[in-house]
Order: sequence, then structure tokens, then C-alpha cells
Amino acid sequence: MPAQIGTKIGKGTPMSGVRVLVGTRKGAFILTSDGKRERWDISGPHFGGWEIYHLTGSPADPSRLYASQTSGWFGQLVQRSNDGGATWEPVGNQFQYDGVPGTHQWYDGTPHPWEFARVWHLEPSLTDPDTVYAGVEDAALFRSVNGGQTWQELPGLRTHRSGPSWQPGAGGMCLHTIVLDPHNPERIFVAISAAGVFRTDDGGKSWQPANRGLRSEGIPDPDAEVGHCVHRIAMHRSRPEVLFMQKHWDVMRSDDAGESWYEISGDLPTDFGFPIAVHAHEPDTVYVVPIKSDSEHYPPEGKLRVYRSRTGGNEWEPLTKGLPQSHCYVNVLRDAMAVDSLDSCGVYFGTTGGQVYASADAGDNWAPIARDLPPVLSVEVQMLP
Amino acid sequence: MIRVVLPAHLRNLASVESEVKLHIEGQVTQRSVLDALETRYPMLRGTIRDHVTKQRRAFVRFFACEQDLSHEPPDTPLPEAVATGAEPFVVVGAMAGG
Repeated sequence: MPAQIGTKIGKGTPMSGVRVLVGTRKGAFILTSDGKRERWDISGPHFGGWEIYHLTGSPADPSRLYASQTSGWFGQLVQRSNDGGATWEPVGNQFQYDGVPGTHQWYDGTPHPWEFARVWHLEPSLTDPDTVYAGVEDAALFRSVNGGQTWQELPGLRTHRSGPSWQPGAGGMCLHTIVLDPHNPERIFVAISAAGVFRTDDGGKSWQPANRGLRSEGIPDPDAEVGHCVHRIAMHRSRPEVLFMQKHWDVMRSDDAGESWYEISGDLPTDFGFPIAVHAHEPDTVYVVPIKSDSEHYPPEGKLRVYRSRTGGNEWEPLTKGLPQSHCYVNVLRDAMAVDSLDSCGVYFGTTGGQVYASADAGDNWAPIARDLPPVLSVEVQMLP
Repeated sequence: MIRVVLPAHLRNLASVESEVKLHIEGQVTQRSVLDALETRYPMLRGTIRDHVTKQRRAFVRFFACEQDLSHEPPDTPLPEAVATGAEPFVVVGAMAGG
């Protein structure tokens, strides 16, 4: 589960605190609390005025943080902290495609050269604080093995035979999700809008599409091998062959590591949405935030509801206590939901309205822990020993 | 001594509070000024011009002596007043929403 960072700390381990890392359109914010998760201190904005697409920490060293800092004016920066966000240093920001990058399809179907725009997502190694993956727009996967000082593309993904046919989604052709298999260091899943899911079993040298079973009405061949607008995938560390997906439309599940997918939207009021997350201790408890439609990016009926399935999909219950149930028209973006791994699993999400909501009881009750931030792009959680 | 004025975000990034002063051997051009600036402050690499092509980023402008020099070839000598330090070379984030 990429949105959960406290991997070294298992259920039942005493905790001194929780740190919530929030990336926004105008800077980064760090929220900290003790294990009760009732009172929160907020620091920030860090990098005020810059878009922080993603802010995350190393599972192997909670003091090591990475941030993707971008600007339409000044381009891409990557910031690194070695002290949990108290101080930062800019590290390498050169993301150069391997070789001659060639073309993908543009919105109008014409060939368009691959051009680096920004880093959407940073995924630190589960075991090495200095190794971190970056998912970028135009879609490609980079890796640093020296704490972000230099970045090398893993070109086997972008040069997959289907690459020239990939097209951008409305938000750009971004590689936005990276899921590392905790049981198999050679296996990585990525998701690209709007190409779909790809999997490597050899550490990133070669990649295969993993989209069988997806059906997207908005593309010429609804069950094509690639071309699906996958919004997010999530995994529980204890069961890495099971994946959950929020697609543009449809909530999906795979029980065979992406070889095939089936729909689990069940009784959701709408199956459009962006984030999806898995409970830290219950591999079949899944969270989504239904959004009205692809042209109306806000909750149905103006009611902000997280939906929880305790059955691995199909049967969903609305979670509303503490969330606005009238006149609410915010969105929750794909990287803006995370869980902690305290005994009573905490769930967190941020909105485009600048609120960060938290539940310390697996979603039964919610409260805002920040109310008036810039639009939230990403939320991650760290457990502090 | 060449004086360079950076936009606020890049001053923060480079941890400088006011003008940057650079010593440049040889001809004073956009390229030689930016080369010297990036050597002194490596964190600015990629923020003003591309790492590889050295092309100016689209929303960055270069002003000096009340002129927009953004579209001048990078090896064109800058005005004498910049070369002598009488006037600064100004790096600007173009006005735009946000």
C-alpha cells in the first residue's frame, strides 16, 4: 500500500506519534500528533508558493523525507530532508529520458515528443532510504540510488511496444502510482493515465501491461490491452497478489497480481473517483471517495462520504460522521488518502478545498485536522517510533 | 562585478537575500552570466534554463537597462552598464496567474 509508510512497525507496537505529510498547490505542510491523534500541530508552508505534488517519507528511515516541488515558472525541484522535515536541501532535478525518447500520441491523435513536465509521485524503497522511485509526466519511471542526487530512467517501461500509442489523460500523461511488492523486490506495479497498469518482475528492466478485465467505454476498444485511465491502485502488504483499483469509472480488484481484474463497484452511489486505500490490518477493508462524474468532480448530492467495504468490495457503507453532508463540492485527488498503522487504524484524506480530515477509528468518525490549506494534492502518513 | 537580481522564489532556493554578485572572466553574455550563476548556486540549475539544451524556460525573462533581453541570442554581449556593474541583470518570473 504506497500511501502507508510505517512499514517497520507492526500492529500492537507502542507509538509516540504520527506525522501527516501534506502536499498542496502552494506548499507543503506537516501535521504531527501523538498516538491519540486528537491534537495536531501544523508546520508550514514549506516551499510556499510552489506546487508540492507529493511529499513522502522512507519506510526504512522516518527521518528521511522527499518532496516533489514544481512550478510552471521554474520547473522541477526535488527536496530531501534528513530530520523529518525540520530542514530541507534541494537534490537532483535532472530527469533526462534515456536515449532518443520518441513520441506518444497527443490529445488530437498526432505523434508528440516525450517531454518531461514534473514528478507526480515519489516512492521510496521499502528497505533503503537512499533508493527512491519517481513517476513523472510525460510518463516514465526514474530511480535514484543516492538519495535523490541523480536520477536514471528505467527505460523498459516507456519503450514498451505500446508506448507510441499512449495518450494523456485530462491531467497530462502522468505516471502517478508506484507500488512496490514487499515480498518480491523485483516486482513493481505502476499506473499511468491514460495507459493503464504495467508490471515488472525483473526489477524494472521489462514491463507488461496488466489491464485484462478492465473495460473503458471512452476508448475505441473498450477492453484494449492499454489505454485505460487508471486513477490509483493499492495493495495490502500482507497480500501483495491482491490489488485494488479506482479507475476513471469502476472500482476493480485483481487476485492474481494484475493478471486479471474484476469489478467490485457493487452498491456504490457512483464508481467514479480518484483515491483508493486499504486498512492497515484488514486486507479486505477498502476505502474510496465516490465522485459524481468525470465532468462533475465533486461528491454526489453535495455530501462528502468515504465509502468502506469490509468484504473486499461490492458491499460498501457510507462513512459520514464528521464530514460535511450538505453543499460540499470538493474533490479528493488520487494521492490524497492514506492510512496509519496504529492498533485502531487511522484514515486521512485531503480535499481540493484545503481540508485534511482524519479518522482515528478506521473511518467511523471524522474530524478536520486542517481546514484552510491550499488545494491538497497529496497526503501521506508516517508512524514515529 | 556583475549584479544579478533573482525572483523571490529563486532567492529562497539559493538562500540569498538580495542581489547576487558574480565575477566573470571574458565577455559578459547571458550564457556566461548564467554559467557563473549556476556554478555558484548549483540548486538553480534547471530552474532558469534547461539542463541540457540551455534554453530559457518559457515563463522566465531577462531584463536589463529597461530592455527585455529574453530573446537575444545567449552569446550576445550584455549592455556595457551590466558588464561594469552599474546596472543589474534581472531574472524575472513572467507575470501570470497563480
